[in-house]
Amino acid sequence: MNSLFLQTGARAIKPLMLLFSVYLLLSGHNHPGGGFAGGLVAAAGFCLHALAVDVHAARKTLKLQPSALIGLGLLFALISGIFALFAGLPLMSGLWFTLHLPIFEEVKVGTPLIFDIGVYLVVIGITLMIIMNLMED
Amino acid sequence: MEILLAIIIGILFSCALYLMLRRSLIKVVIGLALLSQAANLLIFTAAGLHRGDPPLIPEDAVAPIGAHADPLPQALVLTAIVIGFGVLAFTLVLFQRAYMIIGTDDLDQMRSTDTESTDLKTLPQQEIHEH
Amino acid sequence: MLYTILAPFLLAVLAPLLHHRLKDLSGWLFALVPLGVFLYYLSQVPQIAAGEPVYQSYAWVESLGISLSFYLDGLSLLFALLISGIGALIVVYTGAYLGQDVNVHRFYLALLAFMGSMLGVVLSGNLITLFIFWELTSITSYLLIGYDHHKQEARTAALQALLVTGGGGLALLAGLILMGHATGTYDIPTILQSGDMLREHALYLPILLLLLAGAFTKSAQFPFHFWLPNAMAAPTPASAYLHSSTMVKAGIYLLARMQPVMGDTPPWFYLVAIGGSLTLVVSAYLAMRQVILKKLLAYTTVGALGLITTCLGIGTDYALKAAMTFLLVHALYKATLFMVAGGISHSTHLYDTEKLGGLGRIMPFTALGAGLAGLSMAGIPPFLGFIGKESVYEAGLASPGAMLWLTLTLLLAAVVNLFVGLLIAWKPFWTTLDAPLSEAHEGNVGLWLGPVLLGSLGLILGFIPGTTALYIVGPAVAATAGEAIPVSLSHWHGFNLALLLSVITVALGILAYRFRHPLRRLLEAPGRLDPAGPERGYHRLVEGMLWVSKKQTCLLQNGYLRVYIFTVISFLVALPIYTLVAGGGVPIPPEWPSFKLYELGIAFLIAGAAIGAACTNSRLTAVVCLGAVGYGVSLVYIFYGAPDLAMTQFVIETLTVLIFVLVLYRLPRFTHFTSEFVKYRDMLLAGGAGVFVTILTIAALKVEIAPTISTYFAEQSVPMAHGRNIVNVILVDFRSLDTMGELLVLAIAALGAYGLLRLNKDEKKDKV
Repeated sequence: MNSLFLQTGARAIKPLMLLFSVYLLLSGHNHPGGGFAGGLVAAAGFCLHALAVDVHAARKTLKLQPSALIGLGLLFALISGIFALFAGLPLMSGLWFTLHLPIFEEVKVGTPLIFDIGVYLVVIGITLMIIMNLMED
Repeated sequence: MEILLAIIIGILFSCALYLMLRRSLIKVVIGLALLSQAANLLIFTAAGLHRGDPPLIPEDAVAPIGAHADPLPQALVLTAIVIGFGVLAFTLVLFQRAYMIIGTDDLDQMRSTDTESTDLKTLPQQEIHEH
Repeated sequence: MLYTILAPFLLAVLAPLLHHRLKDLSGWLFALVPLGVFLYYLSQVPQIAAGEPVYQSYAWVESLGISLSFYLDGLSLLFALLISGIGALIVVYTGAYLGQDVNVHRFYLALLAFMGSMLGVVLSGNLITLFIFWELTSITSYLLIGYDHHKQEARTAALQALLVTGGGGLALLAGLILMGHATGTYDIPTILQSGDMLREHALYLPILLLLLAGAFTKSAQFPFHFWLPNAMAAPTPASAYLHSSTMVKAGIYLLARMQPVMGDTPPWFYLVAIGGSLTLVVSAYLAMRQVILKKLLAYTTVGALGLITTCLGIGTDYALKAAMTFLLVHALYKATLFMVAGGISHSTHLYDTEKLGGLGRIMPFTALGAGLAGLSMAGIPPFLGFIGKESVYEAGLASPGAMLWLTLTLLLAAVVNLFVGLLIAWKPFWTTLDAPLSEAHEGNVGLWLGPVLLGSLGLILGFIPGTTALYIVGPAVAATAGEAIPVSLSHWHGFNLALLLSVITVALGILAYRFRHPLRRLLEAPGRLDPAGPERGYHRLVEGMLWVSKKQTCLLQNGYLRVYIFTVISFLVALPIYTLVAGGGVPIPPEWPSFKLYELGIAFLIAGAAIGAACTNSRLTAVVCLGAVGYGVSLVYIFYGAPDLAMTQFVIETLTVLIFVLVLYRLPRFTHFTSEFVKYRDMLLAGGAGVFVTILTIAALKVEIAPTISTYFAEQSVPMAHGRNIVNVILVDFRSLDTMGELLVLAIAALGAYGLLRLNKDEKKDKV
């Protein structure tokens, strides 16, 4: 697909999609979104890049291999649950801290957010692992 | 609307099952994809529909105010959608690979892993042995 | 007691390792463990004889009322002494008999494991643990019979023994569970107190029948006797141990154990006594025709078990005394004779009694053991066998009701015992052959130590009948009767009917031996009926099961995917519809609700796209239709308060279509494989399934759902999880472990797909 229009469009849209996916991920706890939706949007952004330009180019912008993303995501999800063990709580219990930041005033950070990042990474990883390999095939 | 959705779910199931009864592999996969849509919709509908308000809690409240959609089936369906996608992708790749080896998408020719099927003799490994 | 059971198991595990170190010494050293166990139980004798049973309990599966408990009374003690004492001699004998065999370490393993299991059976204080050990003896017996696994005969016999005893074991399990249900406990000492209740219970007869099925299969009673002679395919040490003196007596043990609570009723008397005496007669007939050493012994073993069973069935004090005495006598002489038979075959490689003779001078020690055991078996004073036989006669003569035929049966048994005793202990050693056996030689000490010791024990105990009665037989009888009974054993009871019968026995036995050749010809005559015996029933049953499984595999696993799907859908539709109709009919939908125009539009979009996907002949159209269905569904999610779902569904649908397109252009076009008829049939079925699902959905909508967990989630979302999107909170906090599992499933699916795709690539590289 060597349409210049598509290539340019994809190059412009992809960062927006990635930004939007991060927004979905971070706001997912209070608004519609979350790791599943965010991860899928991000994966779709990379797919768009791969379709419009080239798989290898898309792979290069990914920095990490999809398999590494899956591993990293599972690790995040696991670690988020293990914190609770050190606090003497059952595995996977959520722990929360309140951060005082200058701009946002109070921000609540908890282990479920780490878990959601794990979900996000795994979803990106599996989607791209399958689709990119299919495209290269 | 519940009745309407019930009928739609019925139609989706019918089409999915009809496709899964075909001999052609690719039709079976499309049937499988339809079936997972139908199942998701069934869970979603059977738990009770609620027009409008999503299960979100307003900024100034501790619990959801007024009637709202049931969050539990949504959580179930959400993971089911993603899992369904993963499994469908795997199935597609598996079938593609099977087709490339056996050379047909007729399920009747994939009856057994250990038959005298002549198709299996075209396996690349065996060609190497014969040379 | 726990350690005495664990020790043989532990040694069994270590035996293969140790054997490689110890080589020829292993038999002697391994025997130290059963010897230690034997000495432990010997030290318990005074306490048990004083009437104080030992009970030890360890908590095991408390929720099911199953504890690992052990109960030692006179009955258990008699068995434990036999198992450990004979066991020690058998282990020594194994070392001498099989020591050169390359696989002997396996034999030690199974033999020692059997010893532990058998001790477990007789010491268990709980019905369930008793059953577990019971099954373990069946399994170890299977391994021992099939030890010569390269022989077809051994494999068949092993499987037959396993199937027969295992089938009985299942019946036993059912019986024990019913018994636990009836008495409300699985604890044996408690059950022993509830005899009156159990005999009156409505389940008494089923329990009795199931227990008897277990006991009769295990103890090779008619009509299940056939497996025992076949089991002689096992190496002699196993035959001498399992199939004469211990395992086959597990059934006897069970009957004796249950005698106080289940006995003394008409069904018990008729079933047990008649079963036992039928076994006696059949085995006597079969034994008279035999010439092969081990088979002869096997048939007399079946007969002896029948005799003990008969006595337990009669159930009078005399009969119980006879049963316990004969049990002891039989174990001592039968194990001896088996070892003698093994020694003879080991030395001469002959198995036929008619071809043996003149061994007395060549194998003096074996001949001594054989003589001692043979005399005990024949029931000659002053051997313990004489006391055993006398007490059996007394029991028969004193039995209520059926005195005549019982006494005649017992007489037959005694005659056959004498006959076989002569054939094994006299014929090979003290008759002369035309051509002397040149190869014959005396075996090493391990081969004759067991026979001599056990044989002498029969004589020694015969000299001290008072002590034997007080310490060994008496407590066992007390346990079997459920109350203390004065037991005295002695040789001389005056000139009475029993003594007369003994004289007749000796005369008839010698006559039978003298005229054995014409007798055998006479008995061969009805031999044509043999194939119609119960063994044929067994073969029919096994063949039938194989046939059925083959047919049903062909029918159900035919390899046609759509036939499977067809079957599944048919049942999916048929069964719930039956339930719906039977349970109050099809739900009537509530009044036709109003719906908005856009909703109707979405409905048409989804339905139309689905039908399009099913009917189209173009691959691309099908995929586009699939996508349309997905987008339609995500619209439904939007309008019904599920933005998360809508978003996810929307992106997923896009990616699904992408994957389909990527794969599709490598797959062939749609092709038609099926006929019009099949198409319409499938449409009908699929349509039926659709209608069913619609009805199901409507029915589900009508169900009033109780306040669910989702209310809890909604209320606790902010206070506990600090999140306002309840769906997300459920996924990442409340049910995060589930989500974790789902992530793993996704990762595995992706890795699977990746692996398949890589495989493709690597092959291509190979080709290039």
